[in-house]
Amino acid sequence: MEKAEVAQKIYELVEKSTGKKKLKSSDIQKTISADLNITRDDVKAALKDLVDEGKLIYTYFGGSFVEIPPK
Amino acid sequence: MPKKYETPLLDELEKGPFPSFVTEIKKAAARSDMAADELGQLEKSYRDKRGYWKHGGIVGVRGYGSGVIGRYSSLADQFPDVANFHTVRINCTSGFFYTSKFLKEMCDIWDKYGSGLTNLHGSTGDLVLLGTNTENLEPIFAEFSSRGWDLGGSGSALRTPSCCVGPARCEWSNIDTLGITYSVTQEFQDEMHRPAFPYKFKIKTAGCAVDCIASIARADLSIIGTWKGKIAVDQGEVANYAKKGMKIQEEIVNKCPSKCMSYDGKELKIDDDNCVRCMHCIAKMTKALKPTGEKGATILMGSKAPFVIGATLSWVIVPFMKLEEPYDELKDLIRKMWEFWDEHGKNRERIGELVIRKGMREFLEFIGIDPVPQQVKEPRRDPFFFWTEADLQK
Ligand code: HEM
Ligand code: SF4
Ligand code: SF4
Repeated sequence: MEKAEVAQKIYELVEKSTGKKKLKSSDIQKTISADLNITRDDVKAALKDLVDEGKLIYTYFGGSFVEIPPK
Repeated sequence: MPKKYETPLLDELEKGPFPSFVTEIKKAAARSDMAADELGQLEKSYRDKRGYWKHGGIVGVRGYGSGVIGRYSSLADQFPDVANFHTVRINCTSGFFYTSKFLKEMCDIWDKYGSGLTNLHGSTGDLVLLGTNTENLEPIFAEFSSRGWDLGGSGSALRTPSCCVGPARCEWSNIDTLGITYSVTQEFQDEMHRPAFPYKFKIKTAGCAVDCIASIARADLSIIGTWKGKIAVDQGEVANYAKKGMKIQEEIVNKCPSKCMSYDGKELKIDDDNCVRCMHCIAKMTKALKPTGEKGATILMGSKAPFVIGATLSWVIVPFMKLEEPYDELKDLIRKMWEFWDEHGKNRERIGELVIRKGMREFLEFIGIDPVPQQVKEPRRDPFFFWTEADLQK
């Protein structure tokens, strides 16, 4: 699977849970790797791209989470 | 002209012969509105007997999930220059070695973009820059990274590893503390800057049990140098210590924690099989005693001050590990520990708390390390033993 597609899935997952449950990087890795049957390293690499591009950011609320940046 | 606040309560803390943080903040406040508002807000905190800082939220520089700790004033109307007052962590060098040139450059950058207040070094070990606003974060990062520096760890991540000065300045070091710290820092950049753990994870390395970096009390992974051979005794030097007035029986022999030393007024004897390598005798009689044989480290885990169950010191998981470049055995162990934590840890549960909750048995089975007597921290308090199917078949 292309890295961009994985990134798309990650973004959708974060978008879907926005306002419901804050996701940790490990939650994303576990969910996406199981859903797409890929390794966690693949998920990490795609997540890194999203954060480097500024599409997702890390936030801290008594723990580190991955979220969509505020508008 | 920066703002000025009346600070009668803080002024009390300038009295007396010792250096005062208030005096330092005042010096910074004479040049920086940020530092002035910091002082003003602190005085109000003293008056009202409560803190006015909030933390967390969205912070960091592009691509990083750690290294900047968001700090916000809850009195932004009153103290607008500390409305954002973020902490920046710069990854310290192994053993905290810097040139005076770098320190001057760092100060210039910080005077330009921040409050001018620093903290060398924070408890985690980083070179800490105290107080800047959100807009300045990217420029500060650019200044440091263009000089070859990087952010440290924060949040649910590997924290900046740190170590004692080790072989660079100390004859007691059994391991290359600096090399180990450098190597794990390079290896685990991803774990440091892209938080993916249940909570923080600290690695601290000391060259011997004197433990100048306090790894036994404040690291999820404590690496402490030790040796396998005997303690070589130079009886001539022992006699010199005695001649100079050292009370060898009282000061050395009686204080040996494993009671493995004896002294008849002439000869000092050590029963090395029972020595626990605590360093007490060696630190006191440096000229007379010297560790020999294979050098390596004891690997311990789990210390933290305000644990849910109370302050906890690290306990042994590997009594002796040889530590030589590229430190693969150590790195594999660390990865295995993280895997266990990732699988079973709850949010904000340190790895030590998890192992206490689950038990050493499950942890050791997972990381593939055999149980040995050195791992016993204290006698068990309950009389029950639960046999597994596998035990019963034996
Ligand atoms: C199916 C029913 C029961 C089971 C499975 C059971 C089980 C146990 C167990 C596991 C212990 C601990 C033994 C040890 O410390 O080594 C114990 C102790 C004890 N049980 Fe029971 N028990 C049962 C019924 C009862 C009843 C009905 C009574 C009293 C009316 C009783 C009174 C005691 C006492 C006094 C002790 C403490 C003995 C001592 O101090 O060593 N038990 N029981
Ligand atoms: S911990 Fe031991 S080796 Fe390191 S500086 Fe202190 S005395 Fe020296
Ligand atoms: S190192 Fe500690 S345990 Fe070993 S002989 Fe010296 S005092 Fe005793």
